[in-house]
Amino acid sequence: MDSKQLYQEVILDHNRKPRNYGRLEHPTQSSEGLNPLCGDHIWLHVHLDGDRIDGIAFEGQSCAICKASASMMTAAVKGKSVAEAEALVDAFRGMVTGTVDPATPGNPIGRLAVFAGVKDLPSRVKCAVLPWHTLHAALDAQAVASTEGDQDPMGTAG
Amino acid sequence: MSVTPIRQPAVDAGALDVERIRADFPILRNVHPHGKTLAFLDNAASSQMPQQVIDRLVRYQTHEHANIHRGVHTLSAIATDAYEGARRSVQRFLNAKEEREIIFTTGCTEGVNLVMHGYGRKFIGAGDEIIITHLEHHSNIVPWQMLCEEKGAKLKVVPIDDRGELLVDDYEKLFTERTKFAALTHVSNALGTVTPIRRLIDIAHSHGVPVLVDGAQAVPHIAVDVQALDCDFYAFSGHKICGPTGSGALYGKAALLEKMQPFKGGGDMILSVTFEKTTYNTIPHKFEAGTPPIAAMIGLGAALDYVSAIGLERIAAHEHALLEYATEQVTALGGVRIIGTAREKAAVLSFYVGDVHPHDVGTLLDEEGVAVRTGHHCAQPVMQRFGVPATARASFAFYNTFAEVDALVAAIRKVQKLFA
Ligand SMILES: Cc1ncc(COP(=O)(O)O)c(C=O)c1O
Repeated sequence: MDSKQLYQEVILDHNRKPRNYGRLEHPTQSSEGLNPLCGDHIWLHVHLDGDRIDGIAFEGQSCAICKASASMMTAAVKGKSVAEAEALVDAFRGMVTGTVDPATPGNPIGRLAVFAGVKDLPSRVKCAVLPWHTLHAALDAQAVASTEGDQDPMGTAG
Repeated sequence: MSVTPIRQPAVDAGALDVERIRADFPILRNVHPHGKTLAFLDNAASSQMPQQVIDRLVRYQTHEHANIHRGVHTLSAIATDAYEGARRSVQRFLNAKEEREIIFTTGCTEGVNLVMHGYGRKFIGAGDEIIITHLEHHSNIVPWQMLCEEKGAKLKVVPIDDRGELLVDDYEKLFTERTKFAALTHVSNALGTVTPIRRLIDIAHSHGVPVLVDGAQAVPHIAVDVQALDCDFYAFSGHKICGPTGSGALYGKAALLEKMQPFKGGGDMILSVTFEKTTYNTIPHKFEAGTPPIAAMIGLGAALDYVSAIGLERIAAHEHALLEYATEQVTALGGVRIIGTAREKAAVLSFYVGDVHPHDVGTLLDEEGVAVRTGHHCAQPVMQRFGVPATARASFAFYNTFAEVDALVAAIRKVQKLFA
């Protein structure tokens, strides 16, 4: 695995020009995501219309992997139902932790497959997965998601 | 007992022969990250071990191991001699007056905690004040916060300027009649700042305040003489000076150590035990409860002897040249912010490339074979002071070369291109 595989143009582009960056006027849920090991710190704001995510935005300070992941995530889940978004959370997490093959038929990962290379960089898995933890926490109406300890909603601390 | 002599490091008078020294470090030629030549520039986190120390550990495990201070049999006596011999190595290394002033610890963190429990919990109370600096590693912050919490004491922090130097006048003003202790770093791990420790100690003593020095980052680079410094305690870790993890030492003035309460209870730290009363052992054993990592401490002794044979003055001169060259080359790249520009620095270069997060820098440098630390370096207050969440940090040891600095600079240039 080298940088050409992970730091691809798509990821660099989303890092430079993150989509849905900022705040929502009236979010129905917000959550804060924290990766104390490297200092990634993001806020995610979601507007739910019934069961549908009709608005989503993020802000914060993070590495390129985390920021691009957040940017592409917001683009991917906008307009989706909560259940569809949660299925993407599982698929993304499965891909970067190497437990789910994204090529499995029916896997919803799509363009997010550019992050597949993260699974070979154990020190960076948490960076990529933080926005997804935070989304899960927001949808679950939790205020804080962390990649460490009891506040790790996905149990991937360690 | 037949003892194979340990090979001496390759030293002559004059400057360091770095290539000959590198031959002592097998890991430097054994590891090729991503197929590249390794440039190990993460020595402030932990340094590498020369063959001489590895051989000493092997000799101990193959010829000398038994529990110490506990048996009349031959092996126990051999192991005890080796362990106590290592204590004398530490004593020589720090120029402590007496052997019993050296307590073996599992590292700097344990040294600080020992002083907090042994001295702090006995002599510091409600309303008292403890002085630390803004440069401290978390291991010299958190134990004192825990003590303040428990006793209702107060922590006071010496500020730093934009270069990362301590403001000595402000330090002096922090002292009041309630000041009972000062815990000060000798060298900052995040910035490389060398503090004017002798002056700081003198100022504290003029107020009757004892001082613990965190020497974790100092001992690999600066010849330390605890009698000349007149510090009350000095703590360091073995693994940052070519020794094994799990080794370290705390120096303490005998008179203070005598007054302190033990840190851990157990075997070896007692003279006699009945259910009514236990009489503690004399120092240093009072503080060394239980079976210690014997091999690690013997390895520590060998590591200090190795470093001393090369000579800290020559080590410092070489590392200084590396730091100066690296600072110059990285500055010449343009767009790289160097965090920590104190006038006196040990071999640490903390930096921020454009607006690229240090974790991306670390991953990309690793792909070029360049190992640096990225993160907050267990010094979050320092990061907050400079308004960054983290930095990338290159830290040099005496076995590093100018070619490795070139590899670092070339790798940073690649990062700049990728994120341009
Ligand atoms: C300045 C300083 N103090 C204390 C420590 C703690 O050392 P250890 O983790 O070996 O106990 C370190 C290690 O990074 C350090 O750099």
